[in-house]
Amino acid sequence: MLLKTINTIALPTLLFGVLIAVWSTVAVKIPGFPTPIETWNELLIVLSDPMYDNGAGDQGIALQLFSSLKRVFGGFALAIAVGIPVGLLIGMSKIAQTAFNPYIQILKPVSPLAWLPLALFVFKDVDMTAIFVIFITSIWPIIINTALGVRSVSDDFINVARVLQLTAFERVFQIILPVAVPFIFTGMRLSLGIAWLVIVAAEMLTGGLGIGFWIWDEYNNLNYSHIIIGIILIGVVGYILDTIMGFIADHFDYRKRGRV
Amino acid sequence: MSAKPFLNIDHVDKIFPLGKGKEYVALRDVKLEIRENEIVSIIGHSGCGKSTILNLIAGLDTITKGVILLEDREINAPGPERAVVFQNHSLLPWLTVYQNIEMAVKKVRDDLHPKEVRDHVMRYIDLVNLDHAKDKYPAEISGGMKQRVGIARALSIEPKVLLMDEPFGALDSLTRANLQDHLMRIQMQTGNTVIIITHDVDEAVLLSDRVIMMTNGPEATIGEILEVNLPRPRNRLELQHNEEYLRCRGAIVEFLYSKFAKHED
Ligand SMILES: Nc1ncnc2c1ncn2[C@@H]1O[C@H](COP(=O)(O)OP(=O)(O)O)[C@@H](O)[C@H]1O
Ligand SMILES: [Mg+2]
Repeated sequence: MLLKTINTIALPTLLFGVLIAVWSTVAVKIPGFPTPIETWNELLIVLSDPMYDNGAGDQGIALQLFSSLKRVFGGFALAIAVGIPVGLLIGMSKIAQTAFNPYIQILKPVSPLAWLPLALFVFKDVDMTAIFVIFITSIWPIIINTALGVRSVSDDFINVARVLQLTAFERVFQIILPVAVPFIFTGMRLSLGIAWLVIVAAEMLTGGLGIGFWIWDEYNNLNYSHIIIGIILIGVVGYILDTIMGFIADHFDYRKRGRV
Repeated sequence: MSAKPFLNIDHVDKIFPLGKGKEYVALRDVKLEIRENEIVSIIGHSGCGKSTILNLIAGLDTITKGVILLEDREINAPGPERAVVFQNHSLLPWLTVYQNIEMAVKKVRDDLHPKEVRDHVMRYIDLVNLDHAKDKYPAEISGGMKQRVGIARALSIEPKVLLMDEPFGALDSLTRANLQDHLMRIQMQTGNTVIIITHDVDEAVLLSDRVIMMTNGPEATIGEILEVNLPRPRNRLELQHNEEYLRCRGAIVEFLYSKFAKHED
């Protein structure tokens, strides 16, 4: 009991102390590096008016985060709409798998940011470009995990479907999807995590709006404490996104509804 | 008894291609005629081709040579008139006991009204004495109960033939005995034709009207057919010292462990 308290409260607190100490040392060694206290005071100021809007390029932190989230969810939604049907197809048809597989294998390891200039050239629009980059980021885990889910349907279930003479449509909705849905949500959770990583970099390149742009803009303004604030807020939002996705995923997983 | 066989397995071969031009002849020239309302068990050493025969009857696998006829109609695909009880029950884990059976009934009996579906499903849940567990999920009930649900699901679509591949193989011996009694009682009520695969000598004698004994593979075929002349209902306690029971038991043991002994090496 005591040991557990030490583990869950004392150790993180201790680590926090070490972190602050290291940070303070760095701040002393590097002139202009914001100290923890300065950063804390700045954070309070930034959070005191998160919704202000002085036109393009000068908006509150909440609005910046919100516009990043909008792009992430736009690209993510598109990736779901395309990725799940493609994944189902690849999982169910050997022919589709053979056809798609080489392209997936080659395109998957490409950094989504490599697509950014091409997207910018095609769309000539920052928002569309960011959404497209997130789409390309998100689609691979969704396709791959959906196909994996379909392939994990056991032969016994398929035999049940065959004996009952289920139609292809009934097979998808009564047998395949219930098995595949937890896998699909795993893919979506992975995708959303990577998308949140990528949006920051994408916005640094495209400029205009969003948390990534904000951090880069504050760098140019020599406002370094805001960079640290940005890092912390990105982390917190990412953590919240992942927790919510995990919650939704568990809800749709028949194995986790109080039965194994 | 009618002269025409109900289910006719007529000179059937099954050859599995192994790739690179190689092949495995699992079954060679299997001939078997099964009567309506009969309980037949197929017994043989592991790997001799019991499941292969059952899958051919179910239509889950294709026949290489020969033909299988059910009431004179050729079998070439799976269908609900040949219900299968799988060894590992294969209940859908995201559906309750009730829903698992309902799903089969809704698909096969599309002539029933929703109210009738409910009565129909409940009749079969009742048949395997599982009313109290009808809203449970498969993960919440015991292995023996799961297998009873599997049997109820198979019977609920009112098949002509009930095919069972080592249905009680994964269960402990007490549960196993209990399910054997369930099966005999249900079959007397419903009059189903049942083909049951087993590697348990006592199970074969207790349940069957005839025991089909298979030779070892490759090119496995039917070695002997044993008639079990015991009246029904059968009681395992009374049978213990019954002469006919012991004769049948002895004949199977002789076949399996002397004539077609299999040496694991
Ligand atoms: N799909 C397959 N491909 C190749 N060989 C198979 C296949 N299915 C079964 N066999 C072989 O056929 C033989 C009979 O198998 P099976 O019918 O499963 O035996 P059992 O009597 O134990 O049920 C075995 O030797 C097995 O290895
Ligand atoms: Mg088998």
